[in-house]
Amino acid sequence: MSHTFVLAGPAAETSRLIGFWVLAIISVGAALGMVLARKAVHCAVLLAVVMLSLAILYLMLGAPFLALVQIIVYTGAVLMLFLFVLMIVGISAADSIVETIRGQRLWATVGGIAMLVLLSLVIGNAVIGPQAPASPKFGNANVTSLANLIFTRYVYPFEITSALLITAAVGAMVLAHRERITAKPTQRDLAAQRVASGRPTPLPGPGTYAQHNAVDMPALLPDGSQSELSVSQVLSVSPALSGRTGGASAPPALPGGTGTSVGPGNSGGTGASAGTGGSAGQEAGDH
Amino acid sequence: MVTPGHFIALSVILFVIGAVGVLVRRNAIVVFMCVELMLNAANLAFVTFSRVHGALDGQVIAFFVMVVAAAEVVVGLAILTAIFRSRRSASVDDANLMKY
Repeated sequence: MSHTFVLAGPAAETSRLIGFWVLAIISVGAALGMVLARKAVHCAVLLAVVMLSLAILYLMLGAPFLALVQIIVYTGAVLMLFLFVLMIVGISAADSIVETIRGQRLWATVGGIAMLVLLSLVIGNAVIGPQAPASPKFGNANVTSLANLIFTRYVYPFEITSALLITAAVGAMVLAHRERITAKPTQRDLAAQRVASGRPTPLPGPGTYAQHNAVDMPALLPDGSQSELSVSQVLSVSPALSGRTGGASAPPALPGGTGTSVGPGNSGGTGASAGTGGSAGQEAGDH
Repeated sequence: MVTPGHFIALSVILFVIGAVGVLVRRNAIVVFMCVELMLNAANLAFVTFSRVHGALDGQVIAFFVMVVAAAEVVVGLAILTAIFRSRRSASVDDANLMKY
């Protein structure tokens, strides 16, 4: 990779130009998408795209060490940390589109444009010199030259960095630690809790082979109504799925049962019909 | 021909996009991501100026920025999980207990 910086012919210049523009368009587009995407996971993936293209730009600028650190530390560690926290916080947590401050988005955009104009004026008036002549510091000897600098001129900041990292690690452990304020429930406690809840048995399974070959299909109760408890809550909150279960299969009204089709979106307990005391009544008991 | 000015312009654009994202987004995790984008844009400027001057000090500074950013993300995300645990929300609008 370092040999491209030694090359100085017109072909190398053209390839650098094409590479720069492709990466610039990709990174700016991904950054815009990150600001505009509603789901946080999409933002994380787009940020990964930005960081990877920045890594290649570092390579073009003669910083192979930083390019690899960018990929390993940012894309590998920091973004994975973001994704872990996203999984903890909730993958479906989309940003609300309600403005809590009036005109916030408008003024933020105006401020952004003003900042862009200001910075453009600054760098437009500044004289940014051409690249320094190629040297091995920006090629093969990049890592050793950086090591020379870090361990001689910047050795004190480097040492202080270790203190910072230890502080951050300890701080994260302290912040993420949770004291258990109640005793850990034993197996006996869990059993007693289960009996006291009114439903000692497990929840009914889904109607996978009774009506359809899918786990989001509710099972049929003896009176013909659907058991909403048989569908996992994760599946039943999705509007597309609930519409499917509500519309596709209306059970026939059997004698003794009310026969009301209970969609998963309804609240618990409505599925219990008066005639069949057995399973339906028990089902309505708990959740 | 790609001049260092190109890289600086790209860095400015990315920085502004990140700043607007910090102002606009309500999800604290996304706000953090936008902060990361701003730090990355600053890093690009550092590396570019390092190339212009022919000295590696800019790259060393960019390296330190990466270290500080990693530490900041660790602590910030730990705070976010602590807030989420007690409030069940990751929105920056909901953590307003110390407002008044």
